[in-house]
Amino acid sequence: MDRQALQEEIKGNRLKLARLITEVENDTSSGRAALEELYPLTGKAHIIGITGAPGVGKSSLVNQLALAFRHQPHSEEKPSIAIIAIDPSSPFTGGAILGDRLRMRDLSGDPGIFIRSMAARGAIGGLARTTAQVARLMDAAGYSIILIETVGAGQAEVEIASLAHTTIVVDAPGLGDDIQAIKAGILEIADILIVNKADLPGVENTERALQSMLLLANSRQYNSPQHWEVPILRTVANRGDGMLKVLQAVQSHLSYLKNSGEWEKREHLRIRDEVKHLVVQAFIQHVQENVPSADINNAVESLYQRQTSPYKEVQKLLSKVGLQI
Amino acid sequence: MNKKIRVLIAKPGLDGHDRGAKVVARALRDSGMEVIYTGLRQTPEMIAEAALQENVDVVGISILSGAHLTLVPRIMDLMRANGQENVPVFVGGIIPEEDVPALLKAGVKEVYGPGSPTTKVIEDIQRLTNSE
Repeated sequence: MDRQALQEEIKGNRLKLARLITEVENDTSSGRAALEELYPLTGKAHIIGITGAPGVGKSSLVNQLALAFRHQPHSEEKPSIAIIAIDPSSPFTGGAILGDRLRMRDLSGDPGIFIRSMAARGAIGGLARTTAQVARLMDAAGYSIILIETVGAGQAEVEIASLAHTTIVVDAPGLGDDIQAIKAGILEIADILIVNKADLPGVENTERALQSMLLLANSRQYNSPQHWEVPILRTVANRGDGMLKVLQAVQSHLSYLKNSGEWEKREHLRIRDEVKHLVVQAFIQHVQENVPSADINNAVESLYQRQTSPYKEVQKLLSKVGLQI
Repeated sequence: MNKKIRVLIAKPGLDGHDRGAKVVARALRDSGMEVIYTGLRQTPEMIAEAALQENVDVVGISILSGAHLTLVPRIMDLMRANGQENVPVFVGGIIPEEDVPALLKAGVKEVYGPGSPTTKVIEDIQRLTNSE
C-alpha cells in the first residue's frame, strides 16, 4: 500500500489505527513496515510528556489538560489529541493492570481524542520500549498533540525528556524535603513544574523547595538572552483548578521552542538518541543470536574459578561475532 | 513474539461494587495478561470506545445491578458497529440462570456467576484467543 493511502486509512478508521498500534507495540514485521512507510509524514505533532511520582495525579492532569486543549476560551481551535498512558508490568508474570483510563472518563465520546494504554513490558526508563514508535504512528495519523503519561516515576526515569518536546513534571505536597528537590534526576528535565493537589497543606513548602532547586540549576543560564524560565504552577487536577495556566505555559513553551531554535536542536537530539538506541538494540540481538550460550556458561565457570578476568572473557566472547575491543 | 493478551474489564451501569471486577482483573494480570480497567459506571458507548482504542482481544463485563439484558446487547451492538464483532465478550456478576440463554444468544461467549473460579476464566480466555 502506498504512503498516502496508508495515512488516509489510519486517519479515517480508528480500528485500523488501533490494530496498527498493536503491531507496532509487538514489534512485528508489518508494524515496522508501516512505520517505515509513514516516517516521511511524521514530525509534525507537539509531544508533551507528563511524569512524576506514583499518585501525584498524572492521569487526572492529562485528563484536564486534554479538556483544556479541546475547550480553549476565545478560540475556535480544537487540536486533535492522542494520549499514551503507560503503567508498569509485573516483573514476575509480565501481566499488567492498566488503570489510567479510569481518570480520563471525561474524554470519552470526543472523536478528536484517542487514548491508548501501554504496559511498560520490563522497560525501566518510565516508557515502554515502543512508546516512541507508537507516538510516531499517532503523529502520522494526524494527531497534532500527543500527551504521554509515564509510569509513576521516581528519580531516574528520565527517558521521557528525550522523547517529548515539552516535559511536565508533577509534584505534590508532602512527598519529600528540599534535599529531594536538589538531587539530580527527574526535576532537572522539567520544562514546566506543577504542584498538584495544591489544596493540601504544605503546598508552600513544596513550591519553595522547587523554586530553590530551579535557582541553583539556572544560575548559569541567566546570561543567555533566550533561556526558558521554568514556571511552577499550582493545580487541583481533580477539580480542574489552574488548568488554564498550564495550557498557556505549554503553548508558550512551544513558541519558545520554535522561536529560539530549540525545536530543531531537540529534534536532532531525539533522532540521535533513537538511532543510538536502535543500534544498541540490534547489536544486543546480534550478540544474543550469535554467541552460543555454552560459551557464556564456560566463561561464567572459569570466572567463578577465578582462572581469568571478566574483561578477557568479554573480549573472547565478542571475538566470536567478529568484534575486537 | 512479544504478543500479550489484552483484556478490557468493564463495569457498566449504576451499581457501585467493583470488588469482583478487581479480583478478576488481578487474577488475569497474574496469569500474564494486560488488563485495561476502566472503573465504575461506564456507559455502553464508553466501553465500546475503550475496546476499540485499546484493540483488546477480549472484553469482560461485570454487572451486579440486574440490568444485564439491557446493557450487554447494547455493548455488543456498538462493538459490532465498530467492526469488533470477532472480539469475544464474557459476562460476570449476578446473572439469574434463566437470563443466561438470552445473553449467549446475544453473542456472549461465557457467563460466570458467583463462585466461578478465576482459573476457569483464565483458561477460557486463553482458549478463545488461541482459536483466532
